[in-house]
Amino acid sequence: MDMAQNGTSVSIQDLSLNFGAVSVLKTLNLDVAQGEFVVLLGPSGCGKSTLLNCVAGLLDISEGRIFIKGKNVTWEEPKDRGIGMVFQSYALYPQMTVEKNLSFGLRVAGLPRDEIVKRIARAAEILQIEPLLQRKPSALSGGQRQRVAIGRALVRDVDVFLFDEPLSNLDAKLRSELRVEIKLLHRKLQNTMIYVTHDQIEAMTLADRIAVMKGGVIQQLDAPQTIYNRPVNRFVAGFLGSPAMNFVEGRLEKHGDGWSFVAEDLKIPLGTYQFDGQPEAGPAVFGIRPEHVSLNSGTGWPFSTSANVEVVEPMGSDTLVWLKLAQQKFSVRVTSERTPQNDEAVTLGFDPMRASLFDAETGGRI
Amino acid sequence: MQRSWRRRFHLPAVIGTIPMILVAVGVFVIGIGFSVLWSFTSSKLFPTYDFVGLAQYRRLWADSRWLVSVNNIWFFGLMSISCNMVFGYLLAVFMDQRIRQEDLFRSIFLYPFAMSLIVTGLVWQWVLDPNLGLQAAMRNLGWSSFSFAPLVDANTAIYALVVAGIWQGSGVTMAILLAGLRGVDEEIWKAARVDGIPTWRTHLSIVAPMMKGAFATAFVLQCVGVVRVYDLVIAMTGGGPGIATSMPAVYVIQLITVRQNVGQGMAAATMMLLPVLVVLAFSGLVLWRRNRRQEARV
Repeated sequence: MDMAQNGTSVSIQDLSLNFGAVSVLKTLNLDVAQGEFVVLLGPSGCGKSTLLNCVAGLLDISEGRIFIKGKNVTWEEPKDRGIGMVFQSYALYPQMTVEKNLSFGLRVAGLPRDEIVKRIARAAEILQIEPLLQRKPSALSGGQRQRVAIGRALVRDVDVFLFDEPLSNLDAKLRSELRVEIKLLHRKLQNTMIYVTHDQIEAMTLADRIAVMKGGVIQQLDAPQTIYNRPVNRFVAGFLGSPAMNFVEGRLEKHGDGWSFVAEDLKIPLGTYQFDGQPEAGPAVFGIRPEHVSLNSGTGWPFSTSANVEVVEPMGSDTLVWLKLAQQKFSVRVTSERTPQNDEAVTLGFDPMRASLFDAETGGRI
Repeated sequence: MQRSWRRRFHLPAVIGTIPMILVAVGVFVIGIGFSVLWSFTSSKLFPTYDFVGLAQYRRLWADSRWLVSVNNIWFFGLMSISCNMVFGYLLAVFMDQRIRQEDLFRSIFLYPFAMSLIVTGLVWQWVLDPNLGLQAAMRNLGWSSFSFAPLVDANTAIYALVVAGIWQGSGVTMAILLAGLRGVDEEIWKAARVDGIPTWRTHLSIVAPMMKGAFATAFVLQCVGVVRVYDLVIAMTGGGPGIATSMPAVYVIQLITVRQNVGQGMAAATMMLLPVLVVLAFSGLVLWRRNRRQEARV
């Protein structure tokens, strides 16, 4: 393979996995560049952890090939693939001290003693777990345990790190702390990392590229901002972003030489919208993120309309204002000091350029 | 004071457990008390209160039959417990491979334990009987020189008992250890595979230490079974040939019923109680110290 020369670290080709009659992964392709941080994101049961286990060699695949550093490792044992893995439950060996947890695999592999000591010292320094080396996992906090688990991957001196929802067992505060640490670790080590999560914030903050998965298929593989701004289908659009994107169901119609989105008495001219292909008149879904809508900010927008506020949800840094557009629920994110009251009449405006249009039937981007 | 007492003892619960408490106190405590008391008397057919000090113990430890019994119980205990643990663990590992028909296999392995030892011991005796069992069958098939009669040989009878004991006990050990094995997080196995640790090594160095509790439970159950082993011996060998397979429990019953020597029988029974008490005291001490350490940490 010429993958190594191209700087491809992990290459998954036409991978399929079936459990009996159930197809879990369907002819999946994914190339991860050397040093890249790819996040597999999706709801539970989408096959993201399964895919990671296949890359690790913990699951035998039904079809396809897996290359790591240009070497075909499809049928290699996990230890021979040049990977380290971090698990959600940490999976530390509970009867061993932190130091033994780190060294056990190396000792079994028959590494020289001074080399083991050197690697542990390096990992402990990077992860700042030196004071914990003689403790048992039961005497560590969740964050410390996860650090040790990362250390166990680190001492293996591998090219590819695999993370299987490593932060899901931690509380919100620790999660955001460790998220930053993982990002720093990636900057420091420059290893290839594949990271599985169902948390979109983790995905957005950590990833160079995100692979959004659903039903064993990668829906979209792109940089976080691209996925956020130009989702390829309604599923991706709805899965990423909190608060979620607004969807208004209606029709795409041609008026004169311009296209418009029409729902009941609402008519949004799409002059600034960039269509993916040649649009066709018919049922469609108009999607726009709450933060791309502006409230009470004049009429300088390509599209503006008025509505009555139904509910106001203060969220600390900003406020979510709920109203109805064409009889459908619609939210606007307001950061200004003056937030509207319930039942207040407001004008809202946005640029359809920031919106996404989806086919009502297939959900694909128009 | 009053309130904490009430919080600790709910009246309905106390009433509910009174029969059990009565049985425990009446049978165990009082019964054991009298056993110890009579072991210091010269009781023969009926208990008397003619105290003779340690005379019964001196006679007991001079009795070759008792010495053989003690030797036998050590041999039987060490052999059957260690083999039970090993086989039980191997069976549990086998059962943990997500085999088909797991329920069927579990029933098969547990079956020996569910049946009375008097019955299974009898079956074993038939199988090993030279005129009825394996030897006769092989000879009938034409292998006339085939000889397999472990129960009638004083040197091998104890091995037959050990085998029967393992056959009977390893199923329970398996059930307990299987539960322990299932309690080990699957990600531990995955982590060990990624670390490149061979399966046997994972079992030995990681999983088995995680199953300390299950091992302890199985071990204690086995020990209890060994100390009181009686029916197996009676059904298979009756303590024979001669006194070759006599065990302390067999010895005690024989002294009381056949040889009508209650005093010495009680001395033997008290000697059987001693190691149990030592183990209990030791485990109690360990538990107490662990609790104290935990309290100190909190």
